[in-house]
Amino acid sequence: MKNDIVVDLKNIYFYYGEIPVLEDVSFSIKRNDFMAIIGPNGGGKTTLLKIMLGLLRPDSGTVRVFGKGAEDGRKSIGYLPQNIFFDLSFPINVFDMVIMGRYRGPIKKYSENDEKSVLNALETVGMLEYKNRHISMLSAGQLQRILIARAIAREPELLLLDEPMASVDPETQKSIYELFLELNKKMAVVFVTHDIGAISVYIDSVLCLNRKLFYHGPKEGSLGKLEEAYSCPVEILAHGIPHRVLGRHKK
Amino acid sequence: MEIFQYEFMRNAIIAAVLVNIACGIVGTYVVIKKLVFISGGISHAAFGGIGLGYFLGISNPIITAIPFSLVSAITIGLISKRSKLSEDAAIGIIWAAGMATGIIFINLTPGYAPDLFSYLFGNILTIPVSDLYIMLILDSIIIVIVVLFFKEFYAVSFDEEFSTVVGIPNRFIYLTLLCMVALSVVILIRIVGIILVIALLTIPSSICRQFTYNMKKLIISSIIVGIILTIAGLWISYLLNLASGATIIILLAIIFFLSFFAKKIISSFRRSWKKDSGAM
Repeated sequence: MKNDIVVDLKNIYFYYGEIPVLEDVSFSIKRNDFMAIIGPNGGGKTTLLKIMLGLLRPDSGTVRVFGKGAEDGRKSIGYLPQNIFFDLSFPINVFDMVIMGRYRGPIKKYSENDEKSVLNALETVGMLEYKNRHISMLSAGQLQRILIARAIAREPELLLLDEPMASVDPETQKSIYELFLELNKKMAVVFVTHDIGAISVYIDSVLCLNRKLFYHGPKEGSLGKLEEAYSCPVEILAHGIPHRVLGRHKK
Repeated sequence: MEIFQYEFMRNAIIAAVLVNIACGIVGTYVVIKKLVFISGGISHAAFGGIGLGYFLGISNPIITAIPFSLVSAITIGLISKRSKLSEDAAIGIIWAAGMATGIIFINLTPGYAPDLFSYLFGNILTIPVSDLYIMLILDSIIIVIVVLFFKEFYAVSFDEEFSTVVGIPNRFIYLTLLCMVALSVVILIRIVGIILVIALLTIPSSICRQFTYNMKKLIISSIIVGIILTIAGLWISYLLNLASGATIIILLAIIFFLSFFAKKIISSFRRSWKKDSGAM
């Protein structure tokens, strides 16, 4: 049972200067989880992800990723960042960008196996025909799919996705959710969103975060806690949530 | 051609080749990772090393410039990444402090500082053979490092956060990159001088990146363009009897602007050609 836990956070506190971002956050992610982390802007969602990735260190509390410290454990994580800081005019094409997700260590060249995984990942996100395209010649949605490909090319055991549906059209959103569902057979999938509407029928657990952890558990129980997390009535924020969250239980 | 009969000319041409190997490689990273201002800081700080060389009475102050610019490169790198000081403030401080150190050292050195000007403005025609050996060694170091860590430099230059997540020692690679900039700066000082180092480091790669998205092609074409333009600039400076360093840089700048317009014309020509042939 203990092996089922891939990420374990205990009593995490994080401050940006004197501003508390996370207070006493504890939860764990299991191997088969398909989890949405929701909460308003500034609620600490991205910070929490970065703590799991070892990009930020909590001021107190313990982080275990695959039973190791975050900096060792993160090698088994596929990561989709929310903001991109790279330069779109950088001399790199889609293939070379995605293969960076396959990095395993110095000196070693990327193998044929790595190249195959990249092509598979590109096919999965429907971008195979763009593999030789320069990154400046992609739309925002296409770039987002390439970033997803870079995360899954790693063949990780946990996918951490920060706002994966940003700039993706509704049609593609559906196919990406289905893709995550498929990937979830092999790995834990955790994604961050501030859009409550994104809690679709697909996910099985929800984590409501607004500085403190308001709720963590199956999506059916989350509604009341959502109001608390957002500190205003949920109906105003997202129409039709009750139908979507509670409507049917897909197995 | 008569100019190639002179030994100093032969040395100058060898220097042009050696210096552009370093510039083509390191300059490409400087351009794509936007390290131009950092490189300016490191090159000016290197003047402190030149001054130290004079003060210690070393016959070739380039030798003391090497550790000095390495230390200033690492200092800039650490300050800008670790503290809350913004990167450009850190660069400005090291830039000025390095130069000031050089001036103080030269003040403290009794007597007149010979050929100080050649370090500020460079002179490819007076390069001693010993400097060619230093260039060769530094070139070899740069080539070995880049071949060994090509993937890492490429990934860190592109996306530092993602590189960290996949396990690349981001800060170490970044500092190594700055150290390579420092080594190139030292190589360049003799050719174009401290003040003009940035030009030779950035213009060839800036010309070439307009025409290719492939990193390896970009590095190799930058080396070739750099060599051709340096030798052409040298030849023009000989014909017109002008300062070699400045002539080379003016030529580089002119070619950069010409290539910029050439690229625009080529792109618009391609677009209209596609329309005419009905390819959509």
